[in-house]
Amino acid sequence: MGVEGIGARVARKEDKRFLTGKGRYTDDMVVPGMKHACFVRSPHAHAKIRGIDASAAKAMPGVIDVLDGKQLQADGIGNLICGWMIHSKDGSPMKMGAWRPLAVDTVRYVGDAVAIVVADSAVEARDAAEAVEVDYEELPAVTEVLATLEPGAPQLHPEAPGNLIFDWQLGDPEATDRAIASAAHVTEVDIVNNRLSPNAMEPRATLGIYDAAEDHYTCYTTSQNPHVARLVMSAFYNVAPENKLRVIAPDVGGGFGSKIFIYPEEIVCLWASKKTGVPVKWTSDRTEAFLTDAHGRDHVSKVKMAFDADHRIIGLKVDTIANLGAYMSLFSSCVPTYLYATLLSGQYDIPAIHANVRTVYTNTAPVDAYRGAGRPEATYLLERTMEIAARELGMSPAELRRKNFIRSFPHQTPVIMNYDAGDYEASLNAAMQAADWSGFAERRAQSEARGRKRGIGMSCYIEACGLAPSSAVGSLGAGVGLWESAEVRVNAVGTIEVFTGSHSHGQGHETTFAQVVADRLGVPIDSINIVHGDTDKVQMGMGTYGSRSGAVGMSAVVKALDKVEAKAKKIAAHLMEADESDIVVENGELKVAGTDKTLPWPQVALAAYTAHNLPSGMEPGLKESAFYDPSNFTFPAGCYIAEVEVDPETGETDIVQFVAADDFGNIINPMIVEGQVHGGLAQGIGQALLEGVHYDPETGQLLTASYMDYTMPRADDLPSFKLSHQNTPCPNNPLGVKGCGEAGAIGSPPALINAITDAIGHDRLAMPATPMKVWHALHAAH
Amino acid sequence: MYATDYHRASSVQEAVNLLSSRPVGKYLAGGMTLIATMKQRLAAPSDLVDLRHIPDLKGIAVEGRKVRIGAATPHSDVAGSAALQAVCPAICHLAGRIGDPHVRHMGTIGGSIANNDPAADYPAVVLGLGATVVTDRRSIPADDFFTGLFETALEEGEMITAVTFEAPEKAGYAKFDNPASRFAMAGVFVSRGADGVRVAVTGAGADGVFRHNGMEAALASSWSSDALANIAVDSAGMLSDLHADAEYRANLVKVMAKRAMAAAG
Repeated sequence: MGVEGIGARVARKEDKRFLTGKGRYTDDMVVPGMKHACFVRSPHAHAKIRGIDASAAKAMPGVIDVLDGKQLQADGIGNLICGWMIHSKDGSPMKMGAWRPLAVDTVRYVGDAVAIVVADSAVEARDAAEAVEVDYEELPAVTEVLATLEPGAPQLHPEAPGNLIFDWQLGDPEATDRAIASAAHVTEVDIVNNRLSPNAMEPRATLGIYDAAEDHYTCYTTSQNPHVARLVMSAFYNVAPENKLRVIAPDVGGGFGSKIFIYPEEIVCLWASKKTGVPVKWTSDRTEAFLTDAHGRDHVSKVKMAFDADHRIIGLKVDTIANLGAYMSLFSSCVPTYLYATLLSGQYDIPAIHANVRTVYTNTAPVDAYRGAGRPEATYLLERTMEIAARELGMSPAELRRKNFIRSFPHQTPVIMNYDAGDYEASLNAAMQAADWSGFAERRAQSEARGRKRGIGMSCYIEACGLAPSSAVGSLGAGVGLWESAEVRVNAVGTIEVFTGSHSHGQGHETTFAQVVADRLGVPIDSINIVHGDTDKVQMGMGTYGSRSGAVGMSAVVKALDKVEAKAKKIAAHLMEADESDIVVENGELKVAGTDKTLPWPQVALAAYTAHNLPSGMEPGLKESAFYDPSNFTFPAGCYIAEVEVDPETGETDIVQFVAADDFGNIINPMIVEGQVHGGLAQGIGQALLEGVHYDPETGQLLTASYMDYTMPRADDLPSFKLSHQNTPCPNNPLGVKGCGEAGAIGSPPALINAITDAIGHDRLAMPATPMKVWHALHAAH
Repeated sequence: MYATDYHRASSVQEAVNLLSSRPVGKYLAGGMTLIATMKQRLAAPSDLVDLRHIPDLKGIAVEGRKVRIGAATPHSDVAGSAALQAVCPAICHLAGRIGDPHVRHMGTIGGSIANNDPAADYPAVVLGLGATVVTDRRSIPADDFFTGLFETALEEGEMITAVTFEAPEKAGYAKFDNPASRFAMAGVFVSRGADGVRVAVTGAGADGVFRHNGMEAALASSWSSDALANIAVDSAGMLSDLHADAEYRANLVKVMAKRAMAAAG
């Protein structure tokens, strides 16, 4: 590794502009003639629209137009779709209700968009939006997964009788039932995975620009995957064909999954721009973000874990109901299925698994991928169950896990996944050592002496990242392939531009991708620019989510670098009159091995572009592109340990230490990886202790629509983290990387709840474990 | 936020005149609630009359045991006042834990008690010290001032000019924060002074700040945390929300009272 190559702790190149306030976000974009939009949104969770009277609004100062769903429909704009087909176990396809970008006859959650007002200023648009009179006939609403399946529950979509979207299964039900029947011990647990709001620092925004002269659209948007946005808006929403639609996702201030999806606002602003003849910008405020950004999690599950007399797991049965909200968001169907049930084997050798998953409609915001997406739900379920099992069996939680670890690779689980590499015990041992596990009893006694209850808990997580082999996901219902593309352009003076379909919205790609190039070519990272986020600049791409940018996006860069290097070697060999096989790349130069003949990169690049003296038949230029399709998922794994002190008088939990021992495969930039883990842990701790979306079950009103009620983690909620890595390189991609973006959010919630329940001696405790809930649990226990 | 006209008054009389001459005017005494409410379009005053720059409303005066805090004195000044610290450190402690540094530098004691948010800290100290609320028209004893949720004895257009009190012999404050808003879910101010013992509770009561007679009686007979051990705090009349139901709040009131006593010494 060089000082800027793979493995180096390089400071982030992009931070200069971010830290000096010079980032350029969608809301910073200003184009001539631009106007502002405000959406009229439903104040009701469920209602029929009898009529819309916009006459007063249209007469207000600055108002250009007010447009509604009927006009949108008349112009042929399509409904929003879910891009992953799931079939129920009876073979029927999922029951997808219509999601119109602007509601036409029915609204189904508080915040559902009904009309758009375009005005000279955002304030005038908002004033006029308040003056749009929508005549609603209120309908009864339902917000919770169990209630929505009840007979007589309010019905959301005629396409989905009983509010049931699909009833799907994975694994072998008979073998699992047999295992449970023959078990020496069965642990049964009810698990609720709380609903979360993503809360990216930058709210969603979009700027739609229609150019009548070219009949061309430009869409600035807060997207994690601008090419996917263009593809979907062209192919399904009938906004414009791909060659007439440019999507630009400039600097984006955090996504956590919530900016993967195409929302109504992008589509409506593009359409409204054509309709009004002016560019139309919309920026969400924080209340709209709480109401309309896709939420995460919201599972209710029943679990049975069967053990033999030797405490080996012989079967796992899971019955889950997942809330998908009022409409099926873009990838909503794959989150509680192929991103969830496929991880239910965890780090354990389990011969029989059966998962049944029902997804349901409710009068709440759509639910889709949020940091971890399915894998946190699987990990929480499994690791809480393991902990409770250990308590029931009278075993140490570490020993129960150790006894059941998978120890040889590759390992085929009963739920599709084939784990390629890992060393789970290494992380367990490292975490226990870092946490001074053996000294816990003494620390607990000291806490008791101070009137505090101390607990310790662990979680051994695994996740599937590097989404994903295209043919595999295609066979499972995905509407897209999940490869990535890259182009490496060596300019005539030797500087380098890398065009990647990955998108950076906090991950530091401008640094880490440059490190990969610097490592390979020996050139300084300052001479390398990473270009992303613009469909007119970057050839094609699938974007950033599912911890895929390193394993898939960088692998595409490596493939392009292979081609660049091969061509450069040919040129260098020709110029230095050497054999191509004798050329080596070292310290930014191409050398003839064993001689003092060298050519620096800029000279080779210049030769490629002057083309005065190239090998016979060679095309000029030095720029290569590549598409990389992974052969498997990657499987980051690790062990997290939380130690807490609970104040029995108030139920307040203090995290006294938190240890994370992770296997991410090879690491490009340890500092950035640590940052990703810290951020993931903050969100995982947020889920475990603080965060929870609550709707009023009667009215469907969002009760947590601001930071006055929704508890975002703050610095003083978090301890210092003890991190370590036990890396087994991924055998299936050229860099041996696995991904690190989601681990913290996946592994931490069960570790914390295991620690708190250890402290209070009571296992009935739901996330978020607020002081009130812990206090009540403590009193229920004693 | 809807359009509004901003005025910066330089005297009490100017502020009174400004307010009375405007259609729907509001005094602005820091705006830590009002501005946020306006930004959410839940309030739409035509005019704001800013009181924070009126010299007569600012500053802390301590003469012997007598304390006067100008209504437009920001929390940070109260928190950092050496003169107050010498006679009533509990109020400095309380002020130093209101909101965050931004709030403490903008928000004022007059603004806080005029708003009478049931989860605000200042109502607890004003009631817990038996302070007097001085206005441009009269003096109002704390016991008469707080009349319900966001309700006070203030008349239309009446302006708080100062809060005065006699420094207590002993006083302490403890609160438990709402995890999200960090307002008090239960805050208890205890004091013992010339007029006896007072226990004022904020954040917990469904009608806003209140005195707890049972705890006052117990502490009057024995000024110690232990005296509270057998006091029952009734959950009836407590606020109940996502973060704290009435039963939990009642528990917090008792726990915070004990901690306030520990702080009071």
